[in-house]
Amino acid sequence: MNKDRVDLPQGTLDLLILKALGLEPLHGWAVSERLQQISSDALQVGQGSLYPALHRLERRGWIKAEWGITDNNRKAKYYHLTAAGRKQLKAEEEAWRKLAGVVGQVLDMG
Amino acid sequence: MISDLLYRLRSLFQRRSVESELQDELQFHLDNEIEKLLRAGVPPAEAARRARLAFGGRDQVKEECRDERGVNFIENLGRDVMFAARLLRMNPSFTAVALLSLALGIGANTAIFQLLDAVRLRDLPVKAPAELQEVVIGGDGPFGNFTSRYAHLSSAQWDQLQVMQQAYSSLGAWTARPFNLASGGETRPAEGILVSGHFFETLGVDTARGRILDASDDQKGCGAPVAVISQSFWQREFGGAPDAVGRSLRLDGHPVTVVGITSPSFFGVEVGRSYDVAVPLCAETLVKGPDSQLTIKRHNYWLSAIGRLRAGWSAERADAHLRTISKPLFTASSPPDATPDQAKRYQEMRLKAEPAGKGLSWLRVNYERALWLLLGSAGLVLLVACGNLANLLLARASARTHEVAVRMALGASRGRLVRQLLTESLLLALVGAGLGLLLASAVSQSLVSLLVTADDRVALGTSIDWRVLTFSMGVGLFTCLLFGLAPALWASRVEASAAFAGARRGTGSRGRSAFRSFLVSAQVALSLVLVAGAMLFGRSLYKLLGSDVGFRPEKVLVTSLDTRRLGFSEDRQKVLFVTLLDRLRATPGVIQAAHSTIIPMSGWESNTSIDLGGGKSIGTRFSPVSSGYFATLGTPILAGRDFGNEDSEKSQPVAIVNEAFAVKYFPGVDVVGQTFPSPFKAKQICRIVGLVKNTKYVKLQEDFTPITFFPSSQLFFTGNYARYVVRSQLPAAELTRAIRESVASVSPSIDIEFIQLDQELRESVARERLLAALAGGFGLLAGFLAAVGLYGVLSYSVATRRSEIGIRMALGADRRMVMRLVLREAGWLLLVGAVAGIIVTLAAGRAASSLLYGLQPNDPLTLVAAVSALGLVGLASSYLPARYAARLDPLTALRQE
Repeated sequence: MNKDRVDLPQGTLDLLILKALGLEPLHGWAVSERLQQISSDALQVGQGSLYPALHRLERRGWIKAEWGITDNNRKAKYYHLTAAGRKQLKAEEEAWRKLAGVVGQVLDMG
Repeated sequence: MISDLLYRLRSLFQRRSVESELQDELQFHLDNEIEKLLRAGVPPAEAARRARLAFGGRDQVKEECRDERGVNFIENLGRDVMFAARLLRMNPSFTAVALLSLALGIGANTAIFQLLDAVRLRDLPVKAPAELQEVVIGGDGPFGNFTSRYAHLSSAQWDQLQVMQQAYSSLGAWTARPFNLASGGETRPAEGILVSGHFFETLGVDTARGRILDASDDQKGCGAPVAVISQSFWQREFGGAPDAVGRSLRLDGHPVTVVGITSPSFFGVEVGRSYDVAVPLCAETLVKGPDSQLTIKRHNYWLSAIGRLRAGWSAERADAHLRTISKPLFTASSPPDATPDQAKRYQEMRLKAEPAGKGLSWLRVNYERALWLLLGSAGLVLLVACGNLANLLLARASARTHEVAVRMALGASRGRLVRQLLTESLLLALVGAGLGLLLASAVSQSLVSLLVTADDRVALGTSIDWRVLTFSMGVGLFTCLLFGLAPALWASRVEASAAFAGARRGTGSRGRSAFRSFLVSAQVALSLVLVAGAMLFGRSLYKLLGSDVGFRPEKVLVTSLDTRRLGFSEDRQKVLFVTLLDRLRATPGVIQAAHSTIIPMSGWESNTSIDLGGGKSIGTRFSPVSSGYFATLGTPILAGRDFGNEDSEKSQPVAIVNEAFAVKYFPGVDVVGQTFPSPFKAKQICRIVGLVKNTKYVKLQEDFTPITFFPSSQLFFTGNYARYVVRSQLPAAELTRAIRESVASVSPSIDIEFIQLDQELRESVARERLLAALAGGFGLLAGFLAAVGLYGVLSYSVATRRSEIGIRMALGADRRMVMRLVLREAGWLLLVGAVAGIIVTLAAGRAASSLLYGLQPNDPLTLVAAVSALGLVGLASSYLPARYAARLDPLTALRQE
């Protein structure tokens, strides 16, 4: 277990999922693996909490689900970004960078 | 937005496939996780365990996913409703009691609301009713002769108003006038209205067939008048015949041609009555002959004017405009023979605009306050019923502690549980409201029939409109929150661990039983208000009926004769009426008979002012009567003499006054022999020849007021009608037959109507009767409900204190001490309730004071009686639980713990 694990701030999980799906369509487990890989296991994402988030994003129309076949021939539900989702990702990314920058500046003052 | 909706809908309607997809998706995740762990060399059993741990509670995730899909709410609601319905079916007695109390409570509220809706809230079914205004005379009001129910303007004033006003784009006048449809034999009455040429146009009334009356129909001296009839009259009189338009009707013997039928919803402008036939105003000359109020008697008040506001004119602007034209209008329209004093009063009169969009109604004036009060009382009854329901649900919540605890242990959230418990109350409330609505539609018509008297035919549509529907459903929802919320909150306050503590039998927490005690005390308090109210109205009615009216109404038959069909001139009428009086007196079985212009308590009133000169004038009610009037009614003549043959048109005017007149205007002197200027015959002096005991004039509630009686031989006032009072010992049926024969011997064309004077008296207190009856019913119902509530709480308290009682008995308490223990609890609940109730009653009493007669709302005797009655009922209902407690076997009581 990694001692430096970070709890996700509210609402960030949606951004991370959108980012992960921005590269290619993935099924749920793959999204979970991808998040862990990218963050080098530093992010504490409960595997279970991923799914309500996916369903929420789907309801908002930012991602869409389709059943597909995996490499080892199993049926899996693949999620991909919609046009609206791409726009949302861009907007959230910018907002996040801005916030992070400002917070960083404030912290650097001391 | 739309995708969101589609998504939710798919989740809702393709639930099974969506659910299995969710299951597959999560399973796929777990399988992959396990595979990954296996590949890392973890043993299979351990891999499965770790995967599950990493994932978390699968059912919880599923539930959260469902929440995110936004279908849980609707789905759960459906499930809750099914579950609640099942529970209610499983407890038929609880459900029956709950539904019955709700149906009664909501039904009573809805029925009274329906009346209020019909009388007060509904708009006239015409075009843009909010633009309609009635033009009346405000301030001190008009003075003179009033000859219709809505006598606001005279012909002279109406003529001026049409010329001078600019506030209304269209202005119409109308007056009510009953017609006789029969041309011989039994009278067939029809509710008639006379309308000016622009009346229908102003209201914007549509026709179902034919045309409406317009300005071309209302021309001076219209020869062969036309008529428009109402839809209901068309059905009744013509059987809905398609060729009714064009056919002829006889009104008081005069033929008129039907030219149109108004739309089904239109009933006239008078709420509480439905018109049958409308004829142009000009036809009044025809039916009234030389006596017409359009020409000769053009200063009689008999018209009601309704206008439609000109576009852009506000109600205030119209009112201000009417005020500015008042002085010229009344100056131009005052009678030429007015005394200087009267002329001054005419010039001081002011016109006023009043909203007319909801129609005109005496019913509203008389009943509105009473109805609001009754609605309030019905609301209190409902509150008391809600108290019982809340108590029942609380008791059930205790019994369901175990069930609730198990659900919580299984992961149900508190909000979810509260929602489910509330659904049950909601279901009860809505079904109760539905039943209440059915009950109300049955009850409201019988309430309407309570308002009907011989003088007032009341036709009120109490159909269920959106307002009534909203009201009853709103009341239902409100009660649901009221009786359901607290028990639901209490019930969900269970610790999950209680599921395993073996707490299968309900153990009432201290807080919960305190709340139930509070509920019962509140019920007692509210019931006290209602019981006290019922007693107040009951006593008020009793006092009214027993009050001294100044005459003996029993065995007096009022005989009204209608000679319109004879078409006599005024002079011939005078002779005819004297002849008729002689015939009545000679009728076998008649002890005494007299003519009277105004029948006491009939609602009709005449008043005048007597000009004493020097700017001083005195007001008095009056009534022209014949000799023998006081003897017939049984009113003692205290001094002087009765009218007699010596008082003719040629002799000096005379008058008889009552005590109130003497005390007010001639204090300290002998009133007999005093004189005053005759208010009716210019330059003549009227001499007071008699003093009679005080009598009531219009209603039982009134105080004695100054009344002047004039001999009808000197003051002929009745037109085509004459009313006689007849005292006889004969049974009513025999007497009326004898009178019919006597009258027919004079002329068979005279129509007769009878009413017993004591019936007239009883009907004058119709409102008080309604109040007393309904308030009494509400009081009984509330007292009963509170007694049931008290019984329930005490029984429950005894049940939960069984072991305590057992121990007390084992330690030597005897049965009487145990009984006292329970009764003391009851006593406290009653005492707290009574004190609170007295405070509320005193505060609420002010609303009732104007409806009470002869006693104050804080009448101590009534309060004491109400408290004692409720106390007795309360103690009686606590006797059963107390006896049960006293008969407990200490051994069994202790063993069961």
